[in-house]
Amino acid sequence: MTRSLLRPARFDDLGLKRALSDRLLPSLVGAMAFLAALALAGAIAASALAQHWQQGAGGMITVQVPQPTAPAVAGGSRADQVVAALRAAPGVASARALSEDELAALLRPWLGSSAGRIAIPLPAVIEVRIAGAGPDRLALAASLERAAPGTLIEEHDRWVRRLAALARSLQACAALAILVVGFVAVAVVGVATRAGLAARRDAIETVHGLGAPDGYIAGRFAGRATMLAAAGATAGALAALPVLIGLTALAAPFTGRETGDGPGALLTAMPAALWVALPLLPLIAAAIGWVTAQTTVRRWLRRLP
Amino acid sequence: MVRLERVGLEYGTGRAKTAVLRELSFEVPEGGFRWLLGPSGAGKTSLLRLLNLTTLPSHGQLELLGQHIGTLGRADLPPIRRRIGMVFQDFRLLPHLSAYDNVALPLRIAGRPEGQIRVDVVELLSWVGLSRKLASRPAELSGGEQQRVAIARAVVARPLLLLADEPTGNLDEAQAERLMQLLHEMNRLGATVVVATHNDAMVNRHPAHTLRLAEGYLIRDD
Repeated sequence: MTRSLLRPARFDDLGLKRALSDRLLPSLVGAMAFLAALALAGAIAASALAQHWQQGAGGMITVQVPQPTAPAVAGGSRADQVVAALRAAPGVASARALSEDELAALLRPWLGSSAGRIAIPLPAVIEVRIAGAGPDRLALAASLERAAPGTLIEEHDRWVRRLAALARSLQACAALAILVVGFVAVAVVGVATRAGLAARRDAIETVHGLGAPDGYIAGRFAGRATMLAAAGATAGALAALPVLIGLTALAAPFTGRETGDGPGALLTAMPAALWVALPLLPLIAAAIGWVTAQTTVRRWLRRLP
Repeated sequence: MVRLERVGLEYGTGRAKTAVLRELSFEVPEGGFRWLLGPSGAGKTSLLRLLNLTTLPSHGQLELLGQHIGTLGRADLPPIRRRIGMVFQDFRLLPHLSAYDNVALPLRIAGRPEGQIRVDVVELLSWVGLSRKLASRPAELSGGEQQRVAIARAVVARPLLLLADEPTGNLDEAQAERLMQLLHEMNRLGATVVVATHNDAMVNRHPAHTLRLAEGYLIRDD
């Protein structure tokens, strides 16, 4: 009597606790959720990078002036002459020479913390914001050459467009990976459900014969599959979290996000979109579990009268 | 209540098709009692499976509880099955459930509240002499005890049609007699009862209308 009275409210009449194992299905769904989390992170990172590059480099021209402190033909330093020529050019909104600290910060990802103390001569870097369609590039080049021979104009538009296309293709790859992971999750739940149906065929036929409608039997399977898929996906998403934090730290110099010190700072450095997407994974896995189990069981039950 | 008109049941397809019931036509009125007799392989169990809607006729008209089964869809059948109780020859108890949960199963499927289920199930299991075995699983019960759990499960929802396939096969004489009293009591309360058996002594002690099958044909209805 004790065993019956202690029975859980939703008792396991079809014996699904054993037929749908709480190890294999959650493990596989967990692995899928882990991969989906990485793919999501890739998609979000690619989007953030594209945005960062476009904001940082779009609508900008960088001008490099070798030997910036050397005297110019028209008087003053070469760098000053170039800045003056730029400010006078039509289609230029602003022109500003980067400070030594800003130059060191630009070089830090490649040269490390010693970038500011490097002995090699560096050109002056002038950040030019363009207005409207921008200046006539040939006329501007000629004007700058007159002001300081050897001045280089680096246009960002073309490579920003290429980088944006690269980011979009990375996003497409990530979306495709998420789609494949979703299909595999459906297949995993479907196979597990079919194995459970085969293992519990006698019990299902008995319950069906006692007057259980398809929804009753499918609901039992769907409830179990939903719970296992959600549990597996939760574990998978949690397992992905430290990896994503590590990747965030690695990508920080390229995305412009400050990571600060300590794990707490790393957590806050993760993109907000990822914080929204990660908790959705168990919900999506649960939905996949429910729909797949319902569909599989109802289709299987059609063989019974 | 139960009406068959030229009902046939075949298994398999093409050349492998085997007819197990042929051109059966008979009626059992509401509240009627029928012994279903015949040698092994005559089609008794197949007929009970038809009446339990575990299988459907290959042809002919089957009417159960006032419903023409051939005109109904799949979704219409579960409510009819819930009004039919069946004692299987091989019990068909769910091995992972206790005696209590096995008997409670039809009531839970019907959505009855737990409090009501507990009262009915405990009372019925006490009646069949298993009040000390409520928590026992089928593997922990003897054949006779399993049979009694199966009987309790068949009658717990107070079915309108009660079917039994060799229900006394694993019972001693006293238990078999007690079961017959239960079946008669259900019949007296209005249930239509059809019992398949080889137990001639039991049939002689409880004379009633008989249906006799041979090789899938109904050869006697009196």
